[in-house]
Amino acid sequence: MSTATTTESKPQQKAPAGERVADWADGRLGIYSLAKANMRKIFPDHWSFMLGEICMYSFIIIILTGVYLTLFFHPSMNEVVYHGSYAPMHGIRMTEAYASTLDISFDVRGGLLIRQIHHWGALIFLAAMFVHMMRVFFTGAFRKPREVNWLFGFLLFVLGMFTGFTGYSLPDDLLSGTGVRFTQGAILSVPVVGTYISMFLFGGEFPGHDMVARFYSIHILLLPGIMLGLMVAHLILVFYHKHTQFAGPGRTNNNVVGMPLLPVYMAKAGGFFFLVFGIIAIIAAAFTINPVWALGPYRPDQVSTGAQPDWYMGFAEGLIRVMPGWEINLWGHTLVLGVFIPLTLFGVILAVIAVWPFLESWVTGDKREHHIAQRPRNNPTRTAFGVAWITVYFIGLVGGGNDLWATHFHLSLNAISWFVRIGFFAGPVLAFIITKRICLGLQRRDAEKVLHGRESGIIKRLPHGEFIEVHEPLDANKLHTLTAHEQYAPAEIGPAEDENGVTRKVGPAEKLRVKLSKGMYGEGNQIAKPTAEEYKEITSGHGHH
Amino acid sequence: MKKLSARRRHPLAAVVVLLFALAATGGLYAAFAPAGKAQADETAQSLAIEEGKKLYAVGCASCHGTGGQGTTDGPSLVGVGSAAVDFQVGTGRMPAQQPGAQVPKKKVIYTQAQIDQLAAYVASLGAGPITPTESQTDPSNADVGKGGELFRTNCAQCHNFTGEGGALTHGKFAPSLEGVSPKHIYEAMQTGPQNMPSFPDSTMPEKEKKDIIAYVKAVNGEETPSPGGFGLGGLGPVSEGLFAWIFGLGALIAVAVWVAAHTAKAKKS
Repeated sequence: MSTATTTESKPQQKAPAGERVADWADGRLGIYSLAKANMRKIFPDHWSFMLGEICMYSFIIIILTGVYLTLFFHPSMNEVVYHGSYAPMHGIRMTEAYASTLDISFDVRGGLLIRQIHHWGALIFLAAMFVHMMRVFFTGAFRKPREVNWLFGFLLFVLGMFTGFTGYSLPDDLLSGTGVRFTQGAILSVPVVGTYISMFLFGGEFPGHDMVARFYSIHILLLPGIMLGLMVAHLILVFYHKHTQFAGPGRTNNNVVGMPLLPVYMAKAGGFFFLVFGIIAIIAAAFTINPVWALGPYRPDQVSTGAQPDWYMGFAEGLIRVMPGWEINLWGHTLVLGVFIPLTLFGVILAVIAVWPFLESWVTGDKREHHIAQRPRNNPTRTAFGVAWITVYFIGLVGGGNDLWATHFHLSLNAISWFVRIGFFAGPVLAFIITKRICLGLQRRDAEKVLHGRESGIIKRLPHGEFIEVHEPLDANKLHTLTAHEQYAPAEIGPAEDENGVTRKVGPAEKLRVKLSKGMYGEGNQIAKPTAEEYKEITSGHGHH
Repeated sequence: MKKLSARRRHPLAAVVVLLFALAATGGLYAAFAPAGKAQADETAQSLAIEEGKKLYAVGCASCHGTGGQGTTDGPSLVGVGSAAVDFQVGTGRMPAQQPGAQVPKKKVIYTQAQIDQLAAYVASLGAGPITPTESQTDPSNADVGKGGELFRTNCAQCHNFTGEGGALTHGKFAPSLEGVSPKHIYEAMQTGPQNMPSFPDSTMPEKEKKDIIAYVKAVNGEETPSPGGFGLGGLGPVSEGLFAWIFGLGALIAVAVWVAAHTAKAKKS
């Protein structure tokens, strides 16, 4: 006892407790060198760079609330007769999965709130991933060296869709059961192997007794495990590549201008996590999501109108809803094109956006690294393509909710189906053309602003009677920002013979590349940005106009 | 018998035979015909029919024909019964504003007394489902759970899980059941108005109808609890997705803009 007091009486000879703990950890984990490398890591400030944070935080919230739900959920399809708190379901036969979901909603403390945070969080997670992905797409932030990270992000979105699907199917209610039946139908439509996959997945005929338990493992273990790994890899790559930034004075391809991770960004990001949690919690506390108690247990002989999947699967639903019921019968086998074509399109539409970065880098032939995010207007073809893709996605969503469009806007269901059928082909083309025109218009406006300055709105009368509007020249910072972007020259096929007079072979792939390049960067597809000479010539002479 | 056979060629014999035959058929009919309500208060009933006929001539005859026989604009009303009239006129669907895929419900323009008179007149055209009494439609002692099962089996495919309504082909629709009175739900099941199939007592007994009414009132009534908060129309994932995008992600992006706008940088000015 006495020795202990003597050692404690001389604290000035020992380092503070925090430092001792840090020393202890450094000796075992090597945190000092890690912290040195990363504590001053710089992140640029822009609201759109925080979309990924929304994804990460909602993912964390979903994992935490999901763990709580697993404590009370019974992933079993054993049949029970309900005698719980919810009177309208008394005496109804249901699976344990559904009964335990009712119990979570009505008997578990905080169960309904946690369930709603989990579900709202999932919808917002997917929506945030969608917007985050589109931000990366439209600013060209997927270019070298970030192509792999783009794919990681894309995979996270697709896996998120399926995690969501397996999740909302777990309660085994009439709505989700209809959705699983729908999916099973789509699986059955796959030629040759469809039946086998269905039998394998459901352990026999639909619905069987295994579905909930299997979806449960997939939903809480397999898919989130992969997603967590991918998310960590995604973040490591963000650290490794450093974050992109928008062009501006002092910002180059070789630096990052912003705030250090510690303390500024840590504080902001930590605070933002609680803001995200708070908003999701407020929504979950005030607004019902998926009121399973009102839906009833799943029975294959029952169905309800208004049976839609959650929004991220909605475009697939829409494709099947509007597809004509074509089928081919050959040698006793049926090929259900009415379902199989939409199923294929579902994959194709998703894949198209995923491969764009590779298509673009092939067309430009650009092997350099890019760390400056582009403004969408400065790559009109890419922007137009992205908008066309979103248009397809949205038109699919309209088809998925066609019955609600019909009842709420007093339209004919059939008219909506036809609108979606035509819009599926015409919509993206129109969106492409319109977006491209808008981008080119904005580029022209930028050029105009650089060369002639900002319209001040002041009308001046000259001595000889002419009226002019006074233009204010832009300051150097703005001039730089508006002209910092690079513009590609369209690729050329090149001479038919090389310098030695040997005929050069130009393959069809190269011809296609040149054609695409002309379509992206050729005449009429981008507006040449003003050069320094042009600027000097205009500003040196007469001041007006 | 001699006397009868002697007079069988009498000029009035045919008339007498006719009288006998008529008396026999009439008497047999009186003896065996179902005793309708008409017999109980014959005068009041015939008065109602008279009044109903007048109302009919003004409000209905242009489409359904002067005698309820139907025209190209409206179906025959022979045999639809008083329940159909009570439902169609009592919910404001009839008289129809304009022809179309389906006649929507609107403001009721007749009093209940007038509706009863119209119903009496149409019922007099031919036997059909009778307007139910209050005790027939009272759901107070019904089995809500059983009603839910029946509802999901028979009704939900058009009217949605909790009776929020849904779309049918070519602009037709299954209306929302919110705020519909037990009597009208009962009559709709009984008569199958417009695009709805009918569920007569032979396929769905009175007790099951009561169960269904009880379920609809339990999940889509004025006193239905909403444990999860505001219901967003009870329309399922479409309205939820829309809400998550606009208010969920919208709010988060607004917050992100706010956070990004407040940096640790020293103020320039």
